[in-house]
Amino acid sequence: MEAFDTLIAVLDSTVRLSVPLLFAALAGLYSERSGVFDIGLEGKMLAGAFAAGAAAAVTGSAWAGLAAAVVVSVFFALAHGFASITHRGNQIVSGVAINFIAAGSTIILGQAWFSQGGRTPLLSAEGRFNALHLPFADAMRDIPIVGPIYSELLSGHSLLVYLAFLLVPFTWWALFRTRFGLRLRAVGENPAAVDTAGISVAWLRYRAVICTGVLTGLAGTYLALAQNAGFVKDMTAGRGFIALAALIFAKWKPVPVMFACLLFGFLDAFAIRIQGTPLPVIGRVPVQLMQALPYILTVVLLAGFIGRAIPPRAGGVPYVKER
Amino acid sequence: MKRFVLGLLAATALSGAAVAQEDFSPALLFDLGGKFDKSFNEMAYTGAERFKEETGIEYVEFEISNDAQREQALRRFAERGHNPIVMAGFTWVEYLNKVAPEYPDVDFTIIDDKVEQPNVRSVTFKEQEGSYLVGILAAMASETGTVGFVGGMEVPLIGKFECGYVGGVKAADPDATVIRNYTGDTPSAWNDPTKGGEITRTQIDQGADVIYHAAGGTGVGVLQAAADAGKLGIGVDSNQNGMHPGSVLTSMVKKVDVAVYESFMDAKNGEFTYGVQNVGLAEDAVGYALDEHNESLITDEMKAAVEEAKAKIIAGEIEVHNYLDDNSCPYW
Repeated sequence: MEAFDTLIAVLDSTVRLSVPLLFAALAGLYSERSGVFDIGLEGKMLAGAFAAGAAAAVTGSAWAGLAAAVVVSVFFALAHGFASITHRGNQIVSGVAINFIAAGSTIILGQAWFSQGGRTPLLSAEGRFNALHLPFADAMRDIPIVGPIYSELLSGHSLLVYLAFLLVPFTWWALFRTRFGLRLRAVGENPAAVDTAGISVAWLRYRAVICTGVLTGLAGTYLALAQNAGFVKDMTAGRGFIALAALIFAKWKPVPVMFACLLFGFLDAFAIRIQGTPLPVIGRVPVQLMQALPYILTVVLLAGFIGRAIPPRAGGVPYVKER
Repeated sequence: MKRFVLGLLAATALSGAAVAQEDFSPALLFDLGGKFDKSFNEMAYTGAERFKEETGIEYVEFEISNDAQREQALRRFAERGHNPIVMAGFTWVEYLNKVAPEYPDVDFTIIDDKVEQPNVRSVTFKEQEGSYLVGILAAMASETGTVGFVGGMEVPLIGKFECGYVGGVKAADPDATVIRNYTGDTPSAWNDPTKGGEITRTQIDQGADVIYHAAGGTGVGVLQAAADAGKLGIGVDSNQNGMHPGSVLTSMVKKVDVAVYESFMDAKNGEFTYGVQNVGLAEDAVGYALDEHNESLITDEMKAAVEEAKAKIIAGEIEVHNYLDDNSCPYW
């Protein structure tokens, strides 16, 4: 029974840790499926987190924070789009630039506005997305097996957690069951064909990067307003890149993306849990190994050991109408 | 060129004390984590600010953003004639070892580690003693008999905090369990409050109800998560009691500000000394914080116990093990 409780606690932690990855990876999915590679997820998330922290600190409202985060992230996404779609610049260079600009500007603005070294003031409960308690969570706690699963694992997360998981089926539906989704995927595979059909390649890709901006804004909001109580410099700590790894690992498909993020989140949660305690059979596992595992798994995948990860064919290539 | 600069310096020194004061320009270098980490670096900043307020002398400062800037920043400050140059953080050791011999006329102070050069003052703290005291408080405040420790980057220095803390906990309650975690093994572990919060939640799930952090900016997340869950956190370096009044049991205060202030002051008065200063409870350089934010959390009994331990440590009756001596800890 104790092992079961531990498992529930680790899974609960997994959910919390995988949510920012999930938002960011889904964000990358829209952009990359449309043929715009985006390694600026990290930067957009960071900018979003800062905007959320700053706006929530000033207005005292979590929703205002969310709105600001989405606006700022979309702005950064459009900047990436402007460079790589309209001006056909190198998408990797543009993405790296976004990361640098976000890392620097958040600290400078934060320092100028709040004088706390790039930090935003600590938020009170009204300024955050607090844990929601599902109905009957307390009443069901004592029922064996089902009780803990419901009241610990499913209940007690912030609104954004539920939103993240709802976005998975939504993304699947949007990409594979709507006209917009079909065109989006087509423009990532063969933009010339889409263009021939009389649909604007640039406009489609712009819409895709706007989706990316909205989702990275949500990721940043989750970090700043749900998991923490304010923005701290560089608080994304590489999650944008892990999300990118998850996206590649999941071969650019929404449902596998969710499982990849959960897997990476689980590795993190598990690493925290087992730190310092020897495991049966294996003995003490170095924490460093657990932390490197997401990257190792992705490299193994890319090397072709677990199937093949084939990116969208037109990914990274700016569309030129006529040569 | 150097002779020319020295000549100029000599000339200004002759032209009166007031001018010499203007030329006196101390420098402060922060470590990764940044000036306002509400912890270690912020203490260094506080000390420099106090010097500025009292003397009216401006100082220069630099916040590095990666390791490659360390040597460059040191050289630049030395080159420009800043003296003394104080740096906060153990990572500066190898860079200072390289740069200090090249500028024999410049006085350097390094905080948190030892550099054996003739023109360097090294200030190290007996963090284990302060951590021992907060360990006693943690064990006495805990209702579950389980307490937590969250370290930043896994380095021997943080082992000093960890070991002293465990020692204090076990001294107050030999049956207590201490859950110990580190955030990571890269410098980003000093600035990852999300991970810090998650570690704290995991420790709380495992029964911990008092959690001590020695994790710089990551600790913001630790204290937040503890406060959110209605448990107690323990701050480090600066007095962090006010961050969540009523939810921070105490803070292990490390007077980095005094080290910076004294270096500046000594240099100004021409009394700069070299060599290693290893300061602890006896010098009032470490300790536990008690103020209006946590007085309701510390009972008279706890206060008596911790004061007794403090007296014994100062008297030498209790010797708290220093993790750096042998990279191991007898308490766990």
